[in-house]
Amino acid sequence: MSDAPLLELRQVSKRYVMGDNILDALKDVNLKIAHNEYVAFIGPSGSGKSTLMNIVGCLDRPTGGEYILNGTPVAQLDDNALAHIRNREIGFIFQNFNLLGRANALHNVMQPLIYRGIALGERRRLASQALQNVGLGERLHHLPNQLSGGQRQRVAIARALVGKPSILLADEPTGNLDSSTSKDVMAMFDTLYRDGHTIIVVTHDPNIAEHCQRVIHIMDGRIVSDKLNGKRREARAGV
Amino acid sequence: MYNLAESLRSALQAIRAHKLRSFLTTLGIIIAVAAVIAVVSLIQGFSHSVTNTFANLGSNVLTISSNETDEDFFSGKIVKVTPADLQAIQHEVTGISHISPRLILARFGSGAVLSGSQTAYAGIYGITSRYEGNASFYPVMGRLISPSDDLGHRRVVVIGQTLITDLNLPKDAVGEYLQMYGQWFKVVGVLKKLGNIGGQDQDDRVYIPYGTAHSLLGAATVPDIEIQVTVNNPGQVPAVTGRITQVLRRMHHIKPGQEDDFVVQTPEQTLGTFNQVLNAITLIFGGIVGISLLVGGIGIMNIMLVSVTERTQEIGILKSLGARRRDILLQFLIEAVILSLLGGVLGLILGFGVGSLIAHAIPEFLGAYVPWWAVLLAFGFAATVGVVFGIAPAAKAAALDPIEALRHEA
Repeated sequence: MSDAPLLELRQVSKRYVMGDNILDALKDVNLKIAHNEYVAFIGPSGSGKSTLMNIVGCLDRPTGGEYILNGTPVAQLDDNALAHIRNREIGFIFQNFNLLGRANALHNVMQPLIYRGIALGERRRLASQALQNVGLGERLHHLPNQLSGGQRQRVAIARALVGKPSILLADEPTGNLDSSTSKDVMAMFDTLYRDGHTIIVVTHDPNIAEHCQRVIHIMDGRIVSDKLNGKRREARAGV
Repeated sequence: MYNLAESLRSALQAIRAHKLRSFLTTLGIIIAVAAVIAVVSLIQGFSHSVTNTFANLGSNVLTISSNETDEDFFSGKIVKVTPADLQAIQHEVTGISHISPRLILARFGSGAVLSGSQTAYAGIYGITSRYEGNASFYPVMGRLISPSDDLGHRRVVVIGQTLITDLNLPKDAVGEYLQMYGQWFKVVGVLKKLGNIGGQDQDDRVYIPYGTAHSLLGAATVPDIEIQVTVNNPGQVPAVTGRITQVLRRMHHIKPGQEDDFVVQTPEQTLGTFNQVLNAITLIFGGIVGISLLVGGIGIMNIMLVSVTERTQEIGILKSLGARRRDILLQFLIEAVILSLLGGVLGLILGFGVGSLIAHAIPEFLGAYVPWWAVLLAFGFAATVGVVFGIAPAAKAAALDPIEALRHEA
């Protein structure tokens, strides 16, 4: 693991102008996240945590400041370059799973590999391996509507992981799940963290943030606190 | 590198997911292509049958006839090809094996032919024994005009088979008497049936000796005739045509720079003119029907736009997974093109079916004929329509903002 941070935000701001209204969704955010960190962005809705996630996930560009991801400045890249980076560096996991409804589990997981130009046979092999890793080896050919909520989220996790991204970016990953399924999914994240993945979880739920090693509170577009989670730190030190 | 096969698979999947809608979307294209193919197959089938008929005429037979120019019309000059012209050609032009006049007394169905109380209207022509007509010009009963018929100005007639039905003549009409121009003519021969070319009956004609025809006009009148010339060697046709033109220009006192008042035509030229007309008709019909392709294209664009809106979230997901603008563009474009090509295939089958049905309903037709260029054209058109009308929805999809698209509720 190198000393350079995996990602670094310098004075990042995001301003929306709608007619005469100016909304500063992010104000001068400075943030470094290293390899194999397990971070929660926590804050109420409207705090700017989603905007921050979109910028970190290269879905959006900041209106000011710099963003360096894996040594590359990405703040002002064009749409295609951002798409390329999302494909290589970011694995998204969404609250509502965001699976492709017409495609079965296997094809959902294969989809990001298409944009890498990986050949069909290899795509199939990697995708079924990823689904096996999340315990869905028996359900490769099920359509999303034939799967339970927890299974759908596991397909989404397999899809996020299949391209071996630098960052797993989970937006309210348990928001649509019941409490026992939520526990399973968070346990899966914990395992992924121990296996060396870098995970960012966006949530408003302190119980979810509890799982993370580092908790960043966001309020009114600013980082108001950035603390290491004591319990987690011990747990990690014990590994 | 984007995977074309993958976007094809995904497009087919999207089309299969909405079978009825996809079918209705492409119905405009189906109908348009079917109409193009039906019209083209009928016109081309017609052209085919005419071409086959013309093939019976030798390519070394020239027909010379008068052709009034605008100048002649306004100056009131009477334009004729005369027996004197025939003699001049006979004496001065070499390389000719046959030359014969045809005196047109009545064109097409304009001459009255009577038998008992029955009247038929036919084309009446005066010919010599040397007249060759076309390869199918021979009698199935009796004989043709003989040299002595011509010399003796005999009142004999060779008839086409339509006359037998129109005048209620016995099947073997040889020996019957017909009345034309107040004179009685004895039937000496019945011609082989030629059938119909372009809705024009080829068998409602009667042939009498040239001399007889001339005397009917009045011996003092100089008739306007057609001259049929058979050239020894088909390779000599251009040279012979040139010499005939020279001779006739001199005979008709045409000054240099003035237009000919006659035409020298080969059957190929006649066929060429005919085909030009047919091709023009094909183009006009094709053009009119082509407008319906445009309408079909608009239908596709409409549904594709709806589809893009419906699938906004899917597009957002694909973008979050790393799809670039052109990946999305290509996927929707391929979907539009596949839809219109499917319409093209179905339309082709339907159009050929309709064309064949119509061809069956018309007895004289050889059958519908779809030339390869029409198939290519139909597919090319369908694909072009798909690209042209698919590009706007596809561009709309490609330009969607990933965050907005992800937030979109289906």
